[in-house]
Amino acid sequence: MNELTIRRNKAGQNIKETRRKKMNRRTKTVILTVLIAAVIVSALLAGLLISDEAVAIDFANAKQKPSFEHPFGTDWMGRDLFARTMKGLSISITVGVVASAISAVAAVLIGIAAATGSKALDSFVNWLIDLVMGVPHLVLIILISFSCGRGLKGLLIGIAVTHWTSLARLIRAEVLQLRSEQYIAVSRKLGKSNRWILVKHILPHMIPQFVVGLILMFPHAILHEASVSFLGYGLPPEQPAIGIILSESMKYLSSGMWWLAFFPGLTLVLIVILLDHLGDNLKMLIDPYSAQE
Amino acid sequence: MTAKRIISVFFRYLVRVITLLFAVSVIAFILVSLSPVDPVQQYVLSVGSVSPEQRAELEDYWGVNDPPVERFGNWFRAIIHGDFGTSLLYRRPVIDVIREKFVNTLALMGCTWIFSGLIGFGLGCVMGANKNKLADRILKKICLLLCSVPTFWLGLLLLLIFSVWLGWFPIGFSTPIGVLNSEVTIWQQLHHLVLPALALSLMSFANVALHTRQKLIDVLESDYVLFAKARGESRREIMRRHGFRNIIMPAITLQFASFAELFGGSVLAENVFSYPGLGSAVSAAGLNSDVPLLLGITLFSALFVFTGNMIANLLYGAIDPQIKESYANE
Amino acid sequence: MVCEHKHLLDVQNLSVSFRMYDSGLEQKELKVISDLSVSIDRGEILAIAGSSGSGKSLLAHAILGILPENATARGNMRYKGEIMTPEYQEKLRGRQIALVPQSVSYLDPLMSIERQVLGAGKNAKERKPALKNIFGRLQLNESDGRLYPYQLSGGMARRVLVSTAVIGDAELIIADEPTPGMQKQQALEALKIFRELADEGKGVLLITHDVDLALEFADKIAVFYAGTTLELASSKDFRGGEASLRHPYSKALWRAMPQNGFEPLDGFQPYAENLPSGCLFAPRCEMCSERCKTEIPEMRELRDGFVRCFHAT
Repeated sequence: MNELTIRRNKAGQNIKETRRKKMNRRTKTVILTVLIAAVIVSALLAGLLISDEAVAIDFANAKQKPSFEHPFGTDWMGRDLFARTMKGLSISITVGVVASAISAVAAVLIGIAAATGSKALDSFVNWLIDLVMGVPHLVLIILISFSCGRGLKGLLIGIAVTHWTSLARLIRAEVLQLRSEQYIAVSRKLGKSNRWILVKHILPHMIPQFVVGLILMFPHAILHEASVSFLGYGLPPEQPAIGIILSESMKYLSSGMWWLAFFPGLTLVLIVILLDHLGDNLKMLIDPYSAQE
Repeated sequence: MTAKRIISVFFRYLVRVITLLFAVSVIAFILVSLSPVDPVQQYVLSVGSVSPEQRAELEDYWGVNDPPVERFGNWFRAIIHGDFGTSLLYRRPVIDVIREKFVNTLALMGCTWIFSGLIGFGLGCVMGANKNKLADRILKKICLLLCSVPTFWLGLLLLLIFSVWLGWFPIGFSTPIGVLNSEVTIWQQLHHLVLPALALSLMSFANVALHTRQKLIDVLESDYVLFAKARGESRREIMRRHGFRNIIMPAITLQFASFAELFGGSVLAENVFSYPGLGSAVSAAGLNSDVPLLLGITLFSALFVFTGNMIANLLYGAIDPQIKESYANE
Repeated sequence: MVCEHKHLLDVQNLSVSFRMYDSGLEQKELKVISDLSVSIDRGEILAIAGSSGSGKSLLAHAILGILPENATARGNMRYKGEIMTPEYQEKLRGRQIALVPQSVSYLDPLMSIERQVLGAGKNAKERKPALKNIFGRLQLNESDGRLYPYQLSGGMARRVLVSTAVIGDAELIIADEPTPGMQKQQALEALKIFRELADEGKGVLLITHDVDLALEFADKIAVFYAGTTLELASSKDFRGGEASLRHPYSKALWRAMPQNGFEPLDGFQPYAENLPSGCLFAPRCEMCSERCKTEIPEMRELRDGFVRCFHAT
């Protein structure tokens, strides 16, 4: 009829199309989330189940390029790089999970304390966050690791100490927002104690925040773990964390053994991306409005 | 008025920085004390033989026989006077080592800072202005991907490509200990700078770009941009009049507030490329139990980060009229 | 209802709907304005009166073609007889049609008032004398131009917003709630300016919830309810009282005015999500019959006005 109706028709079609696509977005997100979680768990299990034989020293097969037999190649001692990488990955994932779990719990506690406690406590928490953010994380982790005489303990504490800040801030803001909600005011007027309100109204709201915050912390924690072990802190060299594999590969770069550096790093990046996706998907499922764009 | 306000903000922040720095030194000192490594023993081991006087002097510096609080007091007093002790690794006063290494690190971080800031801001604007179009989607994917790549692995890849395969840069960058800084020519320094700066920039620009993109999208969806549209302003005019005005300050602030990540990144980049800066020094200090150097660099890096944060706060306060007002009302 | 002569603005059967996310990522369409028809002539102030949340602002945005991306407009809009295509709307915006927005958030927080009132473009500077004049009329000081939006009081912000529309040579001014926050005196002053503009031959579309204030200056009043107009009456009819009004809702509105008994109307305006299937006002109407519950009444002419009701006489 005229230009305007044409535009409208087009727009009308667009609506229909996006509608059909978005209708099952939730289902898709659920499936994707489960798939990603499955991949990560199987990576973890694969690493744990691979026998030490698979990474045994075998000088006869040293310095081999990637092949069907050794998909990632072998290193200068003939150890299969794929098996080593999977083992390293499972160590990295474990360290990441434990460290971020500690960190997330701390974040929730600190965040709630800051929001519900006295004003002095709140400013102290803010000051503390400034403090932790004030020292570059790697330097702080190096320092903590040094203080623990290197090893796993220092690594875990270091990563836990450096990762809680942003989640704590988020939780604090969330609790403050909740506290201003009317139903909380009503509960208070009804004579409910602060503790009751905390347990009945505030904590349940924090659980999704906690889960999402925890999952979004994983990739960072794993990257930090890899970085610190790359620098030579953290785990002893016998335990092939990805960082250590990559650090060792540096010595052989010039001899053209590119696969030593390439594949383990790539695997690490893949896992980090998957974890990121997992976090985003969960966030979308739990809190569709904040995840919308 | 404005100047007065800025000065008051400055002083308030200064007090905070001083308390924070004090806390950092307390914590760092406690952490180092907890370490199984004994600084005196370590020194003796690394030097080989020490005269009893030297040993006494060292024990005096570390206060090995004093109670912890007094030990900290002595050490802190020494630090206030600029005496950070002697580095075991470099056999020189820590303060000199830091000064020398910081010049190198500053060059690396400075290049990265400017380069990643400009590229990140530019790309962020492109992405924000073309929200959800193909270019935006591709660039966003790339940025998110770069956020998942560890700096040191990217460094390794760059080494592989540019040094091993293309042979443009030598692999061993390290200037051996003992070669004086003055013996290295500027050209050599630049040559050494390119790859680490590239690796670091690739790591940092994605963050700036994603931030700028989001900020620009927020601005473009604001009521005032809607009103500008209602008044017949074209897309170009809106970008020029309202877009840049409202996103440039957050972007600059973010750049100043990112000193911590920049420093952390440079620790990794310097280690991969054996770049002689503070980053490789701090990790070497930790691995070789060079306690004075470790403490010195920790404090220095904190000072560096706090300075960045302070500049960010001041800039924001000086330029954004709303923040300016809120300072005045505090 | 075919109008032969050319209105300045003629909106026929306008509907605006939104794509929205329901809980859990499901999408659905939300009709915020349905089947709305209004027209404005030169020299006339048309007030669109209705309570908040009835989608009045969206009408303004639809006319200007600045609806958000997830909104779609259907229907016919003509400006000076010409169909308003997106391209035409773009040409009209800020030149022929000016908007007085709702709140100070429509001003760039980081730009001085003067620069914003003058607007963009090459001839912004040439408007400076006009600015001085308008500021005077609106009781703003010239030095206020150097302020930033956050420094304005509520009333000042409104007057600044009014000045942005007056400074151009727009022929149609759409004022979206231009008076709240102003003192009575200032509100009257602002409306007086709209009256003067109308008397100069411009059209003014006044979107307001303040029927009382609108009455004094508007020529016609469209009663807006749940996304559509229920009645179009001259303001004379409103002054004439309940008897000269047509729609039960308009009558209820009249009764709710302070000077007419302050009698509130029971119930709530239906939300766009669950509109009744028949007449939108049926659930609250005392004249409601079976027919009203199933069939949507068309706008029909009645006593020199229009009404959307089967039973109105």
